Amino acid sequence: MGKIYDVIVLGAGPAGLAAGLYAGRSRLSTLIVEKGKDGGQIAITDEIENYPGQIVEGESGPSLIERMTQQCEKFGVERVSDVINDVVLEGDVKKLISAKGEYEGKTIIIATGAFARPIGCKGEKEFMGKGISYCATCDANFFEDFEVYVVGGGDSAVEEAMYLTKFARKVTIIHRRDELRAAKSIQEKAFKNEKLHFMWDTVVEEVGGDGILSEMTVKNVKTGELTKIVADEEDGMFGVFGFIGTLPSTKILEGKGLELDARGYIPTDVDMHTNIPGVFAAGDVRVKSLRQVVTAAADGAIAATQAEKYLNE
Amino acid sequence: MLEVDKNTFKTEVLEAEGYVFVDFFGDGCVPCQALMPFVHEMADKYGDKIKFTSLNTTKARRLAIGQQILGLPVMAIYKDGQKVEEVVKDDATQESIEALIKKYL
Repeated sequence: MGKIYDVIVLGAGPAGLAAGLYAGRSRLSTLIVEKGKDGGQIAITDEIENYPGQIVEGESGPSLIERMTQQCEKFGVERVSDVINDVVLEGDVKKLISAKGEYEGKTIIIATGAFARPIGCKGEKEFMGKGISYCATCDANFFEDFEVYVVGGGDSAVEEAMYLTKFARKVTIIHRRDELRAAKSIQEKAFKNEKLHFMWDTVVEEVGGDGILSEMTVKNVKTGELTKIVADEEDGMFGVFGFIGTLPSTKILEGKGLELDARGYIPTDVDMHTNIPGVFAAGDVRVKSLRQVVTAAADGAIAATQAEKYLNE
Repeated sequence: MLEVDKNTFKTEVLEAEGYVFVDFFGDGCVPCQALMPFVHEMADKYGDKIKFTSLNTTKARRLAIGQQILGLPVMAIYKDGQKVEEVVKDDATQESIEALIKKYL
């Protein structure tokens, strides 16, 4: 605090860390603000296989991020662990405000990423952490030898479901369509996994139980038929993990002059410019077609380079 | 801050008088690791008024399930051995955790 940085990066996921790396190498005074652990969504992912240049076998989200963090910090980028609850984006000096004080920068790179979209069933809030989860690496352990359900049909749902088969005795993917959206190579592995089962054309309507999750009502979207699923008597509980996409983390950015689309994502041009001069966005928080670690890192590099260009003008 | 386990949870939390704060975490839980430094800060700040403990649920699974913990992180306040309030998962933020503690000072 007290110093006006050339660049402040909000978020230390792959986009933020790449932005920091590039800004640091350009000898811009750079601060990265992160409220949690580095890595964002990929930090809670057990296995990654599609980041070009990663360790081919046995790379996890955390192991990849650890190297990104080390690499970024090598270039003198400052780090602070803090929770930003307000921002000033317009004007020559941008501010990020926390309970501890203010951080000021001539440019800001917003790399706040995204969070898990809720399943949208009745009882979801009540049973959060009591059977409902969006973090398999956090909670798989509780369901060792129990049954779990995974809602979703894309890469994340299928990959996390396969991760869960290492713990649960049975994993059932509940998907609202009649075929998976996941990459073909992942689908192949999934269909060969004996512990993995599928409920097609199905959505979760309601979850319930006595303190912990033990029953669920699902609906067939084609027939409208409702089916009640009750925990095995000896188990007394089961898990439901939601992997149906993400929502942008832009709550604190609302009403600050920053353009957001109808769903809260930040629109930018190809060079990561937002509608506010000196404010850039990178990673999953942006309006874009592909949200992956590799595209987030690319965004971060472009944003930092553009920030430098802006500072030189 | 006292780390308890499945052997000491009973005496240190369930049989304690007054208020006890419990940080339920796990080996694979990244959000739990992210909150740990802040919880230590809270223990330093309020540890003279409330007892601060943490439990690694990876090593105490049945105990955690018995306490209705099926997902992490959870920050809970126990009074005279009963769980009276908790903040769970995304609701467990620095702000809500400190508010939870201050409520029971």
